[in-house]
Amino acid sequence: MRSKLTVRLIALLFFLLPFLSIAGEKGTETDIKSEIKAYIQHHLEDTYDFGFYSYTTDEGVHKYKGFPLPVILWDNGLQVFSSSKLHHGESVAHVGDAYYKLDHGKLYKTDAEGTINYDEYHHATNVKPLDFSITKNVFTIMMVSLLLLIVFSRMAKKYKTSALPSGVARILEPIVLYVRDDIAIPNIGKKHYKRYMSYLLTVFFFIWTINLLGLTPLGINVTNNIAVTFCLALLTYLITTFTAKKDYWMHIFWMPGVPKLMRLVLAPIELLGTLIKPFSLMIRLYANITAGHIVLMSLIGLMFIFKSWLGSSLSFVLAFGLGILELLVAALQAYIFTMLSALYFGSAVEEHDHDHAH
Amino acid sequence: MEIPSIVGAGLIVIGAGLGIGRIGGSAMEAIARQPEASGKIQTAMLIAAALIEGIGFAALFAG
Repeated sequence: MRSKLTVRLIALLFFLLPFLSIAGEKGTETDIKSEIKAYIQHHLEDTYDFGFYSYTTDEGVHKYKGFPLPVILWDNGLQVFSSSKLHHGESVAHVGDAYYKLDHGKLYKTDAEGTINYDEYHHATNVKPLDFSITKNVFTIMMVSLLLLIVFSRMAKKYKTSALPSGVARILEPIVLYVRDDIAIPNIGKKHYKRYMSYLLTVFFFIWTINLLGLTPLGINVTNNIAVTFCLALLTYLITTFTAKKDYWMHIFWMPGVPKLMRLVLAPIELLGTLIKPFSLMIRLYANITAGHIVLMSLIGLMFIFKSWLGSSLSFVLAFGLGILELLVAALQAYIFTMLSALYFGSAVEEHDHDHAH
Repeated sequence: MEIPSIVGAGLIVIGAGLGIGRIGGSAMEAIARQPEASGKIQTAMLIAAALIEGIGFAALFAG
């Protein structure tokens, strides 16, 4: 009886929602919508400085809170300068005798006035110097790698004196054992799994930590970057290819137990399959995390569109629920990536018994 | 009349959703029938769901 009442109440609230939002400020609505869109877009991009938050003062001045990171360019010689010189794209950085300016988050070489020329598709035609900058993503990857290195090497050292886990190892030991006993051994096999354990553990904890950091208010989003997931997938591909045994290649180019003519058809398909596997690894991680971030930020953005206590509380409840779901997704994506990597390694080292056709 | 590619992407996503739903439902039934094998069933379910999901996302990007 009570649950029926609750459902009715919620339905009524939903019905009232549009009226309540009209009661708020009018006119600036489309402005706010495009602002939220731009904000989400900005969040998904890599930046040259590590920003925590930004706001506009009453006088219309943009204020940014965060710290600058080094910009490293190769432009007829090495150019190193702090990203604070770029002023978030608001002014031209003068380094040596060259000028650089940010346009839509990308760095271009300009003249002293900072002119950026566009072609008919509104793409900048200015020269783009070779960019090796320590951007926000690079910085985060370095920090996470350092953190994992310190935590795990300290943990490993303690096992030399006693077999009992202590400190943080009490939480992490079951996870490490899970990766070994439930991911590596069933997929790769008892004979070969040890060679791959270091990679599987590293990739699992790296993706998991970075995904979790993406849910903090720091605004980190490393696995939203397709270049990062591309590199992770490339590692899996290279390890699969270079540790593969004879049987793996035979099953690609000359599938046993299949009619001769069929083998010729199967070979290109199988060869393409070896490329599609890491490609799907890359897309899966990237798209899952990106979609999660976009939906989460859109839900928070609802608060600014509705501008009423009802819309805000609805937005809060939805965002809170989705935030908890994203915690699960963060771990699940790390698990899936590790699991599928182990599966591919397993197929690479598998040894078949060819006495009987299969 | 030209059909926009996003319609195709939508169709594929519907298919992927149905597929993942079936996997989840069947896994539930299998676990109910054999609770002692739930660990293995879960693993197999996740792998199958992840593979289908990959196709769904590929379609989204193409669309």
